[in-house]
Amino acid sequence: MELWFTERHTPNVKFSIKVDRQLYSGNSEFQRIDIFESKEFGRFLTLDGYMMLTEKDEFIYHEMITHVPMAVHPDPKNILVIGAGDGGVIRELTRYNSVESIDLVEIDELVVEVSKKYLPTTACRMNDERVHIYYEDGVKFIRRCEDKYDIIIVDSTDPFGPGEGLFTKEFYGSCFKALKEDGIMVNQHESPFYDEDAAAMQRSHKRIVDSFPISRVYQAHIPTYPSGHWLFGFASKKYHPVRDHNGMKWSMLGLQTRYYNPHLHDGAFALPNYVEEMLRDVE
Amino acid sequence: MDLSQVNAPIYEALRKFRRMRVVPFDVPGHKRGRGNMELTEFLGEDCMNVDVNSMKPLDNLCHPVSVIKDAEILAADAFGAAYAFFMVGGTTSAVQSMIMYACKSGDKIIMPRNVHRSAINALILTGAVPVYVDPDVNEQLGIALGMTTEQIEKAIRENPDAKAVMVNNPTYYGICSDLRRITELAHAHGMLVLVDEAHGTHFYFGENFPVTAMAAGADCASVSMHKSGGSLTQSSFLLMGKNINPDYMRQVINLTQTTSASYLLLSSLDISRKRLALSGREIFAQTVEMAEYAREEINNIGGYYAYSRELINGDSVFDFDVSKLSVFTLPIGLAGIEVYDLLRDEYDIQIEFGDLGNILAYISVGDRKRDIERLISAMAEIRRRFGKTEANMLSHEYIAPIVSEAPRKAFYADKVSVPLDEAAGKVCTEFVMCYPPGIPILAPGELITPEIIEYIKYAKEKGCQMTGTEDLELEHLNIMT
Repeated sequence: MELWFTERHTPNVKFSIKVDRQLYSGNSEFQRIDIFESKEFGRFLTLDGYMMLTEKDEFIYHEMITHVPMAVHPDPKNILVIGAGDGGVIRELTRYNSVESIDLVEIDELVVEVSKKYLPTTACRMNDERVHIYYEDGVKFIRRCEDKYDIIIVDSTDPFGPGEGLFTKEFYGSCFKALKEDGIMVNQHESPFYDEDAAAMQRSHKRIVDSFPISRVYQAHIPTYPSGHWLFGFASKKYHPVRDHNGMKWSMLGLQTRYYNPHLHDGAFALPNYVEEMLRDVE
Repeated sequence: MDLSQVNAPIYEALRKFRRMRVVPFDVPGHKRGRGNMELTEFLGEDCMNVDVNSMKPLDNLCHPVSVIKDAEILAADAFGAAYAFFMVGGTTSAVQSMIMYACKSGDKIIMPRNVHRSAINALILTGAVPVYVDPDVNEQLGIALGMTTEQIEKAIRENPDAKAVMVNNPTYYGICSDLRRITELAHAHGMLVLVDEAHGTHFYFGENFPVTAMAAGADCASVSMHKSGGSLTQSSFLLMGKNINPDYMRQVINLTQTTSASYLLLSSLDISRKRLALSGREIFAQTVEMAEYAREEINNIGGYYAYSRELINGDSVFDFDVSKLSVFTLPIGLAGIEVYDLLRDEYDIQIEFGDLGNILAYISVGDRKRDIERLISAMAEIRRRFGKTEANMLSHEYIAPIVSEAPRKAFYADKVSVPLDEAAGKVCTEFVMCYPPGIPILAPGELITPEIIEYIKYAKEKGCQMTGTEDLELEHLNIMT
């Protein structure tokens, strides 16, 4: 018997992982949630059939979306995380002793429950006392916040489905308002490679550029996401992601990472020409 | 055959017809789409397959004897009417038909001036003469309200020969008049009551909504099924009470209605009526819940005023339709039309309309909670990014007209085109409207005043889409010579 999980990356491209067994399947008010076990990637979580994370490569995504802003902001204390019900971002954030408060806003409570039960690698720090979980639409939560956070991490799904609102101009504008005067917002920025993903990437880049004075993009290689070439957005009121990056200071913290390091931090902002061109087109 | 609300006779006949695979040597010439593949790919084969002509198994809208007749009986039953007609020329044609039924040339009809253009168009077609009742106006919001019963009573007393009273209920903004009382007054004086109920389809199916025209005893009601009812654009119902002769009404409708009624429109009316009859209560309960939530959140943003039942005053605001999300925008220093444009241009959100002081977002069961959140957030952002202090803002949507001639006489009169600035003091021969909502600022036969010219210029400057005039740029107006 062969059991395969398959996701369409484009109408003409499929990506498949051989599944050992399915550990969970359920429907929440918002989406279908599945957990599979595989030989190659360990356990993996999918929402509405789209790959969210695998145990084998989640460290790349979670380290890159977390440590980049944390290494730029000189004194991040209050953090807001939107999405991220799997707990991966929380795991990375709780490694910083200087962080005082982490608000996690996840629309789907079931994602958190399922992650706690089946994905201990990522959901291991959800009970940290600095973490406050709010189960509501991020678009709604952020509307009421003003001058409150040092860093906002938008760990969204895709720009369709329940995460749609997290790619809109009204959301980015609300984030701007919710950040302190030197705040930073980092977001999952889609991929530049396949046409449809690239269009979504450009759309959200344009909206961020319109909302923040500093808006840069950085990249990472995430094997289980479409094309493997993934982008993150770095939007900021004051700090430049490379010029204001203090790699030495971060190294002194002594955090062990598997993907991220200060050299890679600077290098991640050096983008291929075709990506630069796409971004310039909408800036 | 015994029919009930679970049936949709036109829809069922079309499905049966499709299975028969009848060879078409009749119109439409696209022949089930095969003759126009690009269109078929665009609209879909299923759609083209039922774009067919009247024929025996599908009945004929001009002269219904089988499935259309059955569907009309079911619709009448669902709406609590004595008769109902399927309309394929929009609620515009329903409004015109009820006026043409009630009035001949020279007959008087009492109506509020803030009617939709379709009603005044009917006056041009019939030659009926309007007796306008100025609606009450909310000074703060600048919007026209309903007619007070006192005003109606006065109009009836002064014009005992009028044939009908027309009521706009609810208004675009959700304002309702005292329909029961108005109907009693009109009937006591032998006048018909015609209701433009374009925005009130849901009153018939939801709970706790204002009274419907049919329940209030009105004689005719024009209902835009395609607005809150979920049918295709341009499809509508004309409802009638027991004092209307339906066979004469059909003749009136057939004066102007197409003889090639679209079965796409007819089936959409049929299916939508079934849907509302079976589950309208839940559908509109959800709609109201979303509208109430949005209203509360918008009022929490600050500045904006999303109004509701607190406007009720027992007379010109006898009731309010809480499914409407009307918002007063002037306190954030932006005209409604400016917020309307910003929502679309900056946030990819299209709302129903913006006028000088208000916006209306149309809420229906098709809306998703997350889209409501987007709308609210976008409005909060507009206030943060574009809000100004309120100054020099015109708010009045309604300027009481000075009627010099009957609409028909002015429309067909000898006329000349003059620049807008030179038109003051003259009698206009055409309509000037902001669209939407399509309520005339000027109608044929009305005096052009400096105040109206100022209003037109201000509305143009704020970006309102001005319609109705021969000159599409509205730099000139046609006046009577």
